[in-house]
Amino acid sequence: MPVLARAADLHCRRAGRDVFQGVAFRVDAGRALVLRGPNGSGKSSLLRLLAGLLEPAGGSFEVATAPDGAPDFHYIGHGDPAKPALTVEENLAFAAALTGGNAVEAGLRAFALQRLADTPARYLSSGQRRRLTLARLIAVDKRLWLLDEPGVGLDAANRSRLETVIVTHLEQGGAVIAATHGDIAIEGAAVLEFGR
Amino acid sequence: MRAALALLGHELRLAFRAGGEMAQGLIFFLLALSLFPLGVGPGPVILERIGVGLIWVLALFSVTLTLERLYAADARDGTLDLLGVSGLAFEWVALIKALAHWLTSGLVLVAFSPLVVLLLGLPSEAFLAVPVVLLIGTPTLTLIGGIGAALLVHSRRGGLLLALIVLPLQIPVLIFGVSAIEGWVSGLGASGQLMILGAFLLGTAALAPFATAAALRLALE
Repeated sequence: MPVLARAADLHCRRAGRDVFQGVAFRVDAGRALVLRGPNGSGKSSLLRLLAGLLEPAGGSFEVATAPDGAPDFHYIGHGDPAKPALTVEENLAFAAALTGGNAVEAGLRAFALQRLADTPARYLSSGQRRRLTLARLIAVDKRLWLLDEPGVGLDAANRSRLETVIVTHLEQGGAVIAATHGDIAIEGAAVLEFGR
Repeated sequence: MRAALALLGHELRLAFRAGGEMAQGLIFFLLALSLFPLGVGPGPVILERIGVGLIWVLALFSVTLTLERLYAADARDGTLDLLGVSGLAFEWVALIKALAHWLTSGLVLVAFSPLVVLLLGLPSEAFLAVPVVLLIGTPTLTLIGGIGAALLVHSRRGGLLLALIVLPLQIPVLIFGVSAIEGWVSGLGASGQLMILGAFLLGTAALAPFATAAALRLALE
């Protein structure tokens, strides 16, 4: 069973304050890890750290890389990087090309965005923008998904779409590390509690 | 390579689509220039005297005006995070974004500069001298400005601050740019100034992306 993410004694400091220390976990292919804890306890920081957007203050971690050395993970943060002037399809095609994929059609379909494909992103609601961001998960095939509150702003139908997409990904041998406040359910996920 | 081309295409499409990002700098340039004859009087003597300096100062402002949003919008909407996990190094991101910005700002000024020469009634040598010197000089303005834009990613009203940071660094380009055109037009020769402008361009093209990338990494923290 390949290991897609691993951390040992991870320590994060931001603005001179210890956010967390001594974090250790291992996520095998086909498994999910859910990060739980109050606001500001370091869930987002851990995900940004794993994505390489923050430097750890100590400890070590590994995340999946493709054979050619490119990152083999998705990072979905709080922002929805959609440019208002571009259409839904153009936005997704850019994000896909940038991260090394091209299954734009499939991505739109997975989050029911086909009918909005030619709509400029400025007309999207926040939930629709969120779905556009999530469509990247399908448009580009990566083994590890780092999801920071992926369900925020989604209605019940789309939360269940997201859950389906996650379950399918796990069945196909992918792995997920997600921070959530319980708005989406991932069955059989291990839980990492963050305290203050 | 595919990611780099995707980013370049994306930036160009945005500049053309966003309804004014590209036109803004050009309109400012032409509008300000056309106001000067009204302000200082239409006498050819004065305009010929100050025309070259005017073109450069306004080119400098025009480029800097459109630089402010080079990275700020990307930082706000999460595109910067996406770029950070794309596997494309920030040094390349900085270089590609600078190229796209120059193609839609500096190069546009180059294309319209003969019109400006006509407008100000400069000598006929200026029809070649002004575009050539702008062509060599304006990319340096964008590359230097990119560092400031990356440093000010999170400041809401970065415009004035950006000017304060980057204008002093751009002054050498202004000085040698004006002197190159004046040397060329007066027949004294401009090869020395042109070589110095070329050196500025090569130097900033090699170094500015590293400084910009370092500033962008700080912005992610």
